[in-house]
Amino acid sequence: MKVLLIAESRDGKLLGSAAELSHFAQTLNADSAMLLVGSESALPAYGGTLYLADAALAGEFNPAVHKQLILEVVAKEQPQLIVLPHSSYGWDLAPRLAVALNAAQISEVVEVKDGALVVPTCNAKLRRTIKPTTEISVVTLQAGAFTPSAEPSGTPNVVKLDAAPNGDIQFHGYEAAEATAVDLSKAEIIVSAGRGIGKPENLAMIEALAKALGGEFGASRPVVDAEWTEHSRQVGTTGQTVSPKLYVACGISGAIQHLAGMKKSEFVLAINTDKDAPIGEVADVLAVADLKQLVPILTEKLSR
Amino acid sequence: MKLLVCIKQVPDMESKFKVNSEGLWYDSADLAWRMNEYDEYAVEQAVQLKEQLGDCDLTVLCIGSERVKETMKKALAMGCDRGVHIADDDSHRKDPFAIASLIANFAKDKGFDLIFTGLQSQDRGSAQVGVMVAELLGLPCLTTLVEFAFENGTVHGKRELEGGTKGKVSCATPALVTCQLGLNTPRYPTLPNIMKAKKKELLSIPAADLSPADSRTQTLSMAPPEKKGGGLILEGEPAELAEQLLQILKEKTTVLA
Repeated sequence: MKVLLIAESRDGKLLGSAAELSHFAQTLNADSAMLLVGSESALPAYGGTLYLADAALAGEFNPAVHKQLILEVVAKEQPQLIVLPHSSYGWDLAPRLAVALNAAQISEVVEVKDGALVVPTCNAKLRRTIKPTTEISVVTLQAGAFTPSAEPSGTPNVVKLDAAPNGDIQFHGYEAAEATAVDLSKAEIIVSAGRGIGKPENLAMIEALAKALGGEFGASRPVVDAEWTEHSRQVGTTGQTVSPKLYVACGISGAIQHLAGMKKSEFVLAINTDKDAPIGEVADVLAVADLKQLVPILTEKLSR
Repeated sequence: MKLLVCIKQVPDMESKFKVNSEGLWYDSADLAWRMNEYDEYAVEQAVQLKEQLGDCDLTVLCIGSERVKETMKKALAMGCDRGVHIADDDSHRKDPFAIASLIANFAKDKGFDLIFTGLQSQDRGSAQVGVMVAELLGLPCLTTLVEFAFENGTVHGKRELEGGTKGKVSCATPALVTCQLGLNTPRYPTLPNIMKAKKKELLSIPAADLSPADSRTQTLSMAPPEKKGGGLILEGEPAELAEQLLQILKEKTTVLA
């Protein structure tokens, strides 16, 4: 089998997903080639052929041009599988390729099982095993699902691609994340609130527990989206990545985007009414309880 | 302007899910249904654009069984002008490409200036349908928007990237945009608007009339993820639990020293 891996670069830097793509190809025991719209000064550690288009010419974010470049290489390499990271870049580009190639698309693959692909469904509460019915297919990989155990090595054999900027979307550059008022990445103790707190007034009890433990309070995405607290408190893929000594997850079900931001915590205590909540996968202790009852008692006992 | 917003009805994600008798999808019995969260942002943004421009006709489209009409009524109560229900009891068996083909076949001769969809659904989570509809219709597509503005026929948006960075983008209409969580604050329908919504047009079209494409994927099985050991699970009275938890934190962590 032959696979074409689509690496991603942002702001002139190669993203770490490139290593996961090549590890995925190894998992399949497949021949691979890689394509990158990036820069010669930021090449992946990869031992195969790398088709490289200069982001300064092609545009770092320009789906129509990237699609065209990939289609050219697909015609040359004839892969059965085109693999992208399941990121804001990958999930934007993959369906464009699938339509252009009359290919099946399978999103957010977490595992390969007997030649079929496993994907999460319903907030990772269920998993489906899927097979494409087309000769060529496009897949995206969940971040972190195919992390290689060792640092990748190798020097790519670079084949340059010409690209001219055109396309129907204009890209006007990046806007940096807001300066964070709270740096959770250095906190030793974090108590985080999830959707399970029910209403904004209950954030006070999370804050009180954080204070009683001598830590900071954080929040999952739904709490921030509902504007119950500010974005600088958000833990997860689009917020902060944290690694405290103690992480207390209150009413957080454990969406992959949240887990990615906190799974390096040394000790995780989860408080949740659902003992099957995915947060249980990373929790050292899961207390099955209503946080609105348990959290104030914990705070009170700590404050004595 | 002619606007279209595509929505999906999904189960509440806090539900306990069971696999159905076929073993290929979740059992739809005993679930509470609601509008896909991403689509609430799409509906809100479409309604806000209508309020901004005044002279707009906003259609909400939803694919599924009779049951999805309840969710469509919410979208109508939020401010959509008319509903198109693509009646399909089998929609859960269609893959994202087959679903996208239904929407594209409906929209292709309607002259929509702007189409809104959610970034993805909460149940299937493929993030494919919106982009595929745009590609099938030959429209530019801005995805993952957390900011949206419309001026002189051009859509300006900010895409949410990983780590809190945003990418600034724009494109001319006609176009399609996919909406990320946090794009706006979806409104709650008011009682008068809920009453008004009952009188709005809600047209049903059988899916077969729109010649859906075949699915390109086959689901072999569905199951809950295998538990990877996980940690200790504690149940009991809150006061006793709290005592146990503090004991564990004292023994297993250094933070209570």
